[in-house]
Order: sequence, then C-alpha cells, then structure tokens
Amino acid sequence: MKKLVVYLMAMPDTPKLVQAAVDAGADIVELGFPFSDPLADGPVIRRAGERALAAGMRTKRCLEVLAETRARVSVPLIVMTYSSIFDAYGWERLETDARSAGATSFIVVDLPADVRPELRRVQLVAPTSTDARLKLAAGSTDGWLYLVTVTGTTGARTELAPTLAPLAERTRAVTDVPLYAGFGISTPEHARAAAELVDGIAVGSRAVEAAEDGPAELARFVGSLRSALDAVAVA
Amino acid sequence: MSQTFGVYGGRYVPETLIPALDELESAWASLRDDDSFRAELHHLLTTYAGRPTPLTRVERFAPDQRMYLKREDLMHTGAHKINNAVGQAVIAQRLGKKRIIAETGAGQHGVATATVCARFGLECIVYMGSEDMRRQAPNVERMGLLGAEVRPVEFGTRTLKEATSEAIRDWIANVDTTYYLIGSCVGPAPYPEIVRELQRVIGHEAREQILQVEGRLPETVVACVGGGSNAIGMFYDFVPDEDVRLIGVEAAGAASLGTGRPGVLHGARSSLLADEDGQIMDAHSISAGLDYPGVGPEHAYLRDTGRAEYVPCTDDEALAAFHRLCETEGIVPALESSHALARALDCGDELVVVCLSGRGDKDLAEVLNYKPGSQVEPGLGVST
Ligand SMILES: Cc1ncc(COP(=O)(O)O)c(C=O)c1O
Repeated sequence: MKKLVVYLMAMPDTPKLVQAAVDAGADIVELGFPFSDPLADGPVIRRAGERALAAGMRTKRCLEVLAETRARVSVPLIVMTYSSIFDAYGWERLETDARSAGATSFIVVDLPADVRPELRRVQLVAPTSTDARLKLAAGSTDGWLYLVTVTGTTGARTELAPTLAPLAERTRAVTDVPLYAGFGISTPEHARAAAELVDGIAVGSRAVEAAEDGPAELARFVGSLRSALDAVAVA
Repeated sequence: MSQTFGVYGGRYVPETLIPALDELESAWASLRDDDSFRAELHHLLTTYAGRPTPLTRVERFAPDQRMYLKREDLMHTGAHKINNAVGQAVIAQRLGKKRIIAETGAGQHGVATATVCARFGLECIVYMGSEDMRRQAPNVERMGLLGAEVRPVEFGTRTLKEATSEAIRDWIANVDTTYYLIGSCVGPAPYPEIVRELQRVIGHEAREQILQVEGRLPETVVACVGGGSNAIGMFYDFVPDEDVRLIGVEAAGAASLGTGRPGVLHGARSSLLADEDGQIMDAHSISAGLDYPGVGPEHAYLRDTGRAEYVPCTDDEALAAFHRLCETEGIVPALESSHALARALDCGDELVVVCLSGRGDKDLAEVLNYKPGSQVEPGLGVST
C-alpha cells in the first residue's frame, strides 16, 4: 500500500485535526513547529506559521500539542521545523523532549544531510541533488527519504512536477529505502500520478488549507487522497 | 576553504541549493587567485566603478581629532556596494548565469546590482520590502531606469529581512538559471567570504593611504554595520595590526551583535535579534541599510574573540552626525554611514579612519521628515 503523509501546522486545535486526518487514512503526520522566516515555504505554510506564532505556538507549546496529539493517535509523528528552533532550544534537548512527547522523527528543512548527522531525521533530496548527495541522504535517513518533487518552495501546483520521475529513478538506483514525494502535490490526481513513481506522498499546503475549514473538510480531503492512492496497483 | 568562522557561518539551507553553493564555492576557489579574474576585476573597478577612492581629512567636522574618511560615497552609484556587485557579476558571468536576483534594503545594493546587470546585459530582479520602497523611493526609480524589475515584498516586516527571504525563495525555484547576488557578508558559505574578499579593497587602500599621509597606523578604524560588508571590508586588512582598535557601529534598534543571541537566519548561524525560542525579531532603524536583525557571521566571530568591538548609535545621534558633516565639510553622508561618524567623534581616540560607506542623496526625504525621538524599540517581528 502506498503511504500517505499529511502536514499540519501546530496549533492549539491540531490534535483533533490530526485525529481526523488519521481516521480518514493518513499513515504519517508531519507536525510543523512554526518559524518566523521559513525559507523553504510558499505563502500558504508561511501564513499558517505567522498565525501559529500569533497564537503563541512557541516551542514549549508546540511540544504540548505534540503530546496531546500523541495521546490520540498511534501513527508516526514527525516534527518538521527549521534549524533556528533547534539551535535556540538546544539540539539534543529538543530531540529528547520531542521524542518523549511522542515524536517519531524529525525533518529540519534547512539542515543539509551532512550537517549534524547525529540528529536522526528524515532527509530531503531535490531534483538538483547530485547522485553523491542522494547516496549521502539515503544512507543517513530515518526510515524513508523525502523526495522534493520540484525545484522550489512548498505550495500547491497545478500539475505534478515533471522533475519527480527522473529524481525517483536516480534515487531508486542508489537506495532501497522507501521514497515518499512531497512539495506541490495537492490533488488526488497528483497523488495517483506520484504514487506510480514512489512509495508514498506527502501533502502540505493543501492540507493546511483544508484544515482551516475544520476537521470535517480535512477528513474529506484526506479521504480523497487515500482513495486515489488505494487505486494505484502495487506492483 | 572553511565554511565557518568559529561557531558561526555554515550552510543552513534547503538541499535544493547545496549543489549551487558547491558550484559557487569551487568556482570561487579557482577564481580568487586567478590572474585573468583579478585583472578583469581591477579593470572594472578602476575604469568603471571609481577606484581608488580618496581619504579625506575632516578638520572642521572633528576639530579635536585627526579624523579621515574613506570615501566610498564617491564610488559609482554612491556606495561601497558596487565593489561587491561588480565582483559577483563577473563570477556570475564565469558561471554562465544570465538571470541575476538580489535583495536590497536601502536600495544601494539593488542599484549597484541593476547597474552591473545593465553593464553586462544580464536580467535583473531585485526584491525590496514595501516599507523600504517608500523610504528609499529615489533608488526604486533608479533601478527602474537601469532596466531592473523591483519586486515589492508586502509581508512581515516589509524590510530587508523579508526581501532577503523572498530572494532566497526565488533562488530555490530558479537555481538552475539564476545567480543570487547577495548584498552583504551574510548568507550561506561561501557568500560571507566572497563578499569580504570583494570589499577588502576598502581597508587595503585605506591602510596604505593613512600610512602615506600620517606615517603610522590609525589608533581606531570605525565602520557602520548592517549586514557588515563595508565594515568587514574596512577592517580585514587591519585585523593583523593588533594595536588598531576596530569599532563596528550598529543602529541601536538593530544591534544584532550588541544585544543579539546566536541563531540561524538566511542560511547562516550568527548573532541575531531573536527571542529565546529562536524566532527572529524586528529590527528598527531610520536607516534602511542597517534595519536588519542579522549580521555577517565573521563579525560575530570577531566580537567573540575580542578583536573588534561593536557599539550602538541611536537614530537621533546618527541624524546629528549627518547634519554636522553636511554643514562642516560639504559632504552629505548616507544615514548608514552617519552612525559610524557619530561614534568616531566620541571614541576618545585621536587618529581615526572612518568608512564613509555611501552618500546621502537617497536619504534626503527621510531626513527632512524625521521627528526626533521617534525611535521604536525592537519587538517580535511576527505580523499576520
Ligand atoms: C551606504 C550604506 N552603508 C552601509 C550599508 C549597510 O550594509 P553593510 O553593513 O553590508 O555595509 C548600506 C546598505 O544598504 C548602505 O547603503
């Protein structure tokens, strides 16, 4: 079965949104800890981060939301954030505290694979990654490798990026770890097309938008992705 | 080549950019000592950009000192920024990139970049916060005349911090075709080193010039610090001269070194205005070029090692120095440089060289509208 990863920004009401997403078929949830200057994010997630900070979602509060979420769901929860958040809290301390609050792993968007290898995390690779860097990232990643489909920031796109297929092929040639694709995947059609190429997909900006309309809308959207993935024959 | 300065610097960027930074780093490693690159740069700096710049004694401005100004205000486009823009444009050409992007605060780096792009026939896109477009309107017009596209950044602080973030986002999306011509000694490695090396000519000339006129090294060298490029360029050749005091002057409301803490912004670890959670705070300065919550990582290193000291200057103090230089010397300084002038006057030393990083034409409207004491305190830069 193809895996479905859903990203949500940590907010006070996120635990029940995560529950809705999981009930609707999400296999893994990425929980965003907001940062004031999110370089890798397009407007939707940037604005969600601004709202989260305005709502007081500082690191301690994010950890509480993580723990509340863990109390409701048993799927892997991945903290997704930026280096500045780790640097301020303390790299080891945040890893420890997040794991005891229920985090399964981490994604640090602006931390290249060769920096701080001691932090076990899901590594990202991009269409611009050289084969040497694909190997490096695959060799140190935690469970699965995140394929950034586009040369660009997060945000919904009208079509699945043509750069995913060659990236998936090059990555497959150097590793056996599961490959999940994200950035720009925003519709069931994208999900289906991407799932033909990789083992799972991650949806961020569109999920954040759906979540703004409440758990029911999020569940409907996640359900539509789930059905699209389940329609893909597993070779 | 080292990517760090002590515990600062490094590369904190999305993976998408790493191959481009590797490419830049290896290009730079071969260019920096390459004779044809050096010759091309020297030719452009001397026949186009206006090097060398004079050293001017300012007796009426500083009657109790022997104060000299290193006149970067006389450079083409009116500030030291052109030293860096010319050099990076040559690098971009050697890399075969035809699309150039830049961020700008005061507009000086944007104008310098637009200028070299016109000169080399390169496409130029400049990101600028809408608040800075308002207060540096003449520079926005100039960039347009030079054929650059200025893209307003309408969110967050609407100043240099957000303009830089948007430029980096553009770079992430267009990295195959685009060269990011960064405007100060900030950003991921190798940028801080490249910008320092391109600005180093300031201090190199100033050191020779002061030895020639005074027969000795100055007691003190002073420069303003926004991202830190004119200051690092001014300081660098004096660093081995251990008896020379190096003073960097920050805007009081943007004192990333004076009141900051370690953090990560725009691809590097440095000293930043950030809260205890690592969220970046707003800077506040009347001078758009200093209105930035970060600073080049090498300055954080020079501060920690004690080699340089960093002191604050308020808007009011900078304004007073601005007027004083206009009235006593017939030189209209940039508001950024006026911060250095203010602290040079009261540094307590006799023989002082100040980097006059730019001229103040761009600042006239801001100066004429200024109400004394209107400075705001730094706060958390999260708006919705
Ligand atoms: C005249 C002038 N001086 C100083 C600065 C600050 O930049 P830096 O600290 O990189 O020299 C600027 C930036 O726009 C400027 O225009």
